[in-house]
Amino acid sequence: MSARRKQTGMTSGEVSLGAVVDEAGNAVEYKTGDWRSQRPVLNKDRCIRCGICYIYCPEGCIRQGPGGYFEADLYYCKGCGICARECWTQAIHMEPEE
Amino acid sequence: MEMIGMEGSHAVAEAVKLADADVVAAYPITPQTHIVERLAEMVADGELNAEYIPVESEHSAMSACLGSSATGARTFTATAGQGLELMHEVVYVASSMRLPIVMAVANRALSAPLSVWGDHSDVMAVRDTSWIQVFAENGQQAFDLTLCAFRIGEDPKVLFPVMVHLDGFHLSHVVEPLVLLEKSQVDKFLPPYKHPYSLDCDRPVTMGAFAMPAVYAEVKKAQHDAFLATKQVILKAWKEYGKLSGRHYSPVEHYHTDDAKVLLLTMGSFSETAMVAVDELRKKGEKVGLIRLRLWRPFPFEELRQAVANAEVLIVLDRCISFGGPPGPVCSEVRAALYAEQKRPKVVGFIGGLGGREIAVAEFKQMVSRGREAADKGAEAVPQITGIR
Repeated sequence: MSARRKQTGMTSGEVSLGAVVDEAGNAVEYKTGDWRSQRPVLNKDRCIRCGICYIYCPEGCIRQGPGGYFEADLYYCKGCGICARECWTQAIHMEPEE
Repeated sequence: MEMIGMEGSHAVAEAVKLADADVVAAYPITPQTHIVERLAEMVADGELNAEYIPVESEHSAMSACLGSSATGARTFTATAGQGLELMHEVVYVASSMRLPIVMAVANRALSAPLSVWGDHSDVMAVRDTSWIQVFAENGQQAFDLTLCAFRIGEDPKVLFPVMVHLDGFHLSHVVEPLVLLEKSQVDKFLPPYKHPYSLDCDRPVTMGAFAMPAVYAEVKKAQHDAFLATKQVILKAWKEYGKLSGRHYSPVEHYHTDDAKVLLLTMGSFSETAMVAVDELRKKGEKVGLIRLRLWRPFPFEELRQAVANAEVLIVLDRCISFGGPPGPVCSEVRAALYAEQKRPKVVGFIGGLGGREIAVAEFKQMVSRGREAADKGAEAVPQITGIR
């Protein structure tokens, strides 16, 4: 059973003995992005592609993408704002989620 | 096997040795110490081929037991009173992870003031932990029920830990005549332990992971259903043990209940004193009987209802106070179990035997008359304390 199924519609009859998790690596399906109340927005004109946001991100959800820019994966980003706070050039600002 | 004289604690240790436990992780505490002291001696002398882990606290004892049981090792520990309190959070983890650890609890009062003597305050604090819990009333039963605990807990349909309660000092420190079993008999009764998810590098699993609100309730419902289903296995194991040993156990045990108008209900060693009181009252023609609650968890609702159906008054003895509550935990559960019955006895609760206080035969007789009086006056809901100044 996938982690996503476990998060959403698992019935008590489907719970494994002692709620043991018997598949490896299914934490990747855990959508921590649901927790977010604000999201990081990147201004590529200011970004120097230094990667300081990537280093500080406690969720480990920032990756270097096309063109060398670092961007958060919103499936996992919890919206803590540390990247915006640490960014040397203020290229990241936080915008409230609706 | 011949009858021998043996201390209750040592009888428990003999049962653990006959069960061939693989790991014992424990911290000594009065009045349980003799159990693990004897086991440590057995391991040191090569009588028992087990790993003895002398941990630094009861919290560590139960934590070590978790790891050990999760690898598929037959695991035993023992504690009492404050020790059970200290391991409290891990007690829940053991049952929720479905690890069939066996633990003897030499029931003891809780501080403050400090008391090393017996009562059931420690038991009641772990009432809702989903451990199977049974009460012994003498040294023989402590031996028998410990052996049965391994068989029940490790059954693939169960996989829950089991507590065997023996009253501190009254059972743990008293030398009684009892009969052990031959190793060959135990080997036939107790198959090897195998956990379906035991820790294995070739088949890695995560035990005790976390659960979001979307799934936690389903996990607890599954645990509750599985825990209720253990009763069938308990009955079957006790039946087989009866055939093997000639000593029979059931969730609710009766003593002169058939025509009884007044019933006493006890758990643990005081049951034997209550039996003497019943005998003496019957000699005088009083229709009095005794119910001994052997299985405390899962609670034997059906058996209890049947046992008390024809009684007019049911007198429940609690060795614990629920402060500001009903206030006897056993009495309140018994009342709840009978609430929806059309025909039910009036239930009178007594608190007594706290912190090692004796309850003599005469006092049980007095409880019968006081209980009957309270029921006649319609004052059965007023809790009473016996033997108090």
